[in-house]
Amino acid sequence: MIKVDNITKTYGSGDMAFQALKGASFTIKEGEFVAIMGPSGSGKSTLMHILGCLDTPTSGSYFLDGKDVSTLDDESLADIRNEKIGFVFQAFNLLPRTTVLRNVMLPLVYAGVPEEEREKRATQALYAAGLTETHFTHKSNEISGGQVQRVAIARALVNNPSLILADEPTGNLDTKTGDIVLATFQKLNKEHGSTIVLITHEPDVAAYAERIITVRDGAIVSDVKNASQKIHAL
Amino acid sequence: MKLNDIFHETYTALSANKARSGLTILGIVIGISSVIAMVSIGTGASASISSRIESLGSNLIQITPGAQRTQGFGASGGRGNAKTLTTADAEAIAKEVANVAAVDAQVSGRYQVTAKGTNTNTSVTGVTSAYLSVRNVEVAEGTFITDAQNNSAAKVAVLGPTTRDDLFGADATDVVGKSVRIKGVEFKVVGITVAKGGTGFQNQDDIIFIPVKSAQRYFSGDQYLSTIAVQASTQEEMTQVQEDITTLLLSRHKISDPAQADFSAMNQNDILSTASSVTSTLTYLLAAIGSISLLVGGIGIMNMMLTTVTERTREIGLRKAIGAKKKDISTQFLAEAVALTVIGGVIGIALGWLIAYVVNLTGLVTTSVSLSSVILAFGVSAVTGIVFGYYPARRAANLNPIEAMRYE
Repeated sequence: MIKVDNITKTYGSGDMAFQALKGASFTIKEGEFVAIMGPSGSGKSTLMHILGCLDTPTSGSYFLDGKDVSTLDDESLADIRNEKIGFVFQAFNLLPRTTVLRNVMLPLVYAGVPEEEREKRATQALYAAGLTETHFTHKSNEISGGQVQRVAIARALVNNPSLILADEPTGNLDTKTGDIVLATFQKLNKEHGSTIVLITHEPDVAAYAERIITVRDGAIVSDVKNASQKIHAL
Repeated sequence: MKLNDIFHETYTALSANKARSGLTILGIVIGISSVIAMVSIGTGASASISSRIESLGSNLIQITPGAQRTQGFGASGGRGNAKTLTTADAEAIAKEVANVAAVDAQVSGRYQVTAKGTNTNTSVTGVTSAYLSVRNVEVAEGTFITDAQNNSAAKVAVLGPTTRDDLFGADATDVVGKSVRIKGVEFKVVGITVAKGGTGFQNQDDIIFIPVKSAQRYFSGDQYLSTIAVQASTQEEMTQVQEDITTLLLSRHKISDPAQADFSAMNQNDILSTASSVTSTLTYLLAAIGSISLLVGGIGIMNMMLTTVTERTREIGLRKAIGAKKKDISTQFLAEAVALTVIGGVIGIALGWLIAYVVNLTGLVTTSVSLSSVILAFGVSAVTGIVFGYYPARRAANLNPIEAMRYE
C-alpha cells in the first residue's frame, strides 16, 4: 500500500529554485491499476522518481508498505528498489549483449538469491509476461521492441514487488504492439493482483487503468475512477 | 553479488569489446614482460660476474708485496715488485692466525718453455699443495704437486690445458710422464689441470705449476715470494683473518705505521661487494625502465575503464534503478580492471620468461628469472589494476541513477 502525504520537490535554491511538485497527496491500495497522467513538465516524472525511490521528496512523507521511505539514504533506497519496486522504462530497459533470462535474473543477483532459484523465478516471470521459452536464450538486441518491454515487465515482476512502476512503457512502440504491452499489465493486475502505476502523457494509454490521477504544474488536478476502462485481451 | 556473478559480468564486459580489451592487456603484457626480462638480465649479469670472481678461489685473501720505501728522497720501487714476503711469513700466517684453512706461497715468473720441437712463453708459478683448495683448481689427469715434492724441490710440473695444447698439441695423449724444459731445466709433467676459462685479459689456463721451492732454487734464487694466498675458513671470518694477517706481518717486518706497510692484503669480499654494487645498480636501472612501461600500461587501463564507464552510463543507471548498490557497481568495474591486469600479468610473465630464455640462448648473458621477480611483477600488476581501476569504478558507483539513465 502506498500513502503519499503532501510531498513537495524543489530543485536548486535561492532565485534559481524551481518547485516541480507543490504538495501532492494520494493513496494507492494493493492491487490497484493507476495511471498518473499529465503533459511534459507537469511534474509527473518527478513524482515517478519519488514513487520509485530513485529520489526523495523535499518535504512531506511517503509510506511504502507502512514504512516511511522519504528520508532514507541512497544505499537503503537501493534495497527498497530491489525488494519492493519493479521498473519498466520507456527505453534502455535491458542490458545489451545479455540474454533475456540473464536480464530478468539481474534483480535477483543483487538481492543475493541462490542461482538455482533465480532461474526458476525468472522463468515463471517470463511466462507470466507472455513470453515463451524460445526467447529465453536470445540476446536483448535480437528481439523486437514489444518483446523487450515484456521482458522488462518480467524483470519488474521477478522480485514479487509491492509496486510495478511503468514510465511511458509504450512511448517507443506502435499502437498495436503498445496495446499488447498494456494488455499484459492488465492481465498481471487481474490474475496476479499486482499493484501497477502507469506514468503517461497519452489519454489513450491511461484509459487502460482503473483510476486516473492527473497532474498539472506540480499539483494533482483530478483523481477519478476510470468509468470507461479500456479492456484489451491478449 | 556473488563471486560467480562478478566473473560472469567481467567476462561479458571484456569480451564485448575484444580489440580494446586486447590492446589494453597488451600494454600490461609489455610492462610486466619488460620488468621480468630486464631484471633477469640484470641478476644474470651480476651472478656471472660474482661467479667469475669466486672462481679465483673461495674466501680468498691475497697478500702481495708492496713498494719498498726508502727514507728521504730515494726512489720507491713499484708496488708488487718489492721483495718483502718470505716463506717464513707464509709459515707464520699458517701457524699464528686463527680461522685460516690453507696458506699457499707462490713465486711466479714468465719463462721460455720448450718441449720436443715446440716452445712457448708462459707463466711459471711456484706453488704448494694448498694451491688446489685455495684457488679452486681441479686436476684432470695425473696428480698435483705434493708436499714431499715441494720439500725436496723436485723437478715436477703440472700444466694448464692451454699450455699443454701449445706444447704437445690439442689432441696429444699421455702427456703425463713426458718432459718439458723451463729455462733450460728439465721438469717431468705429473699432471694436467681442468680448464677454468679466462678472467678478463688473463688466461688462467696458460700456466705451468711447479713446487715453490723448486721455483726459488732454480729460477728466482732467493727466499722471497710474489704472493701469499690465504683461504679463510668461512666468509664471515675473512675480515678478521685479513686484519690479523696485517698485524702479524707488520710486526714481523717491524713496521709501526700501517700506512708504511711493505705489503698489501686484498680481501676477495671487497672485490665482490664492489662488483655486486655495480651490478645491482644496473639491475635497478633496468627494473626502472621496465616499470615505466608498466606505468604506461596502467594508465592505458585507467583510460579504457573511464571510457567504459562513460559508454555504459545508462547501463549503470539501470543497474542502480533495479537495486545495485555502490559496492556492487564499484566491485564490477574494479573486477574488470583487475582482470585485465591479471591476464596481462600472466601473459607478461610468460613472455618475459621467453625473452630471458632467448637472451640466454644468444650466450651474451646468462639470465636467471627469479621467483621473487615473478611474484613481484604479478603483485604489481594486480595492484596496478586496483589503483588504476579504483577511480573509474568509484566514478561509476557514485553516478545518480536518474541522471545516468537520461545520459545520451
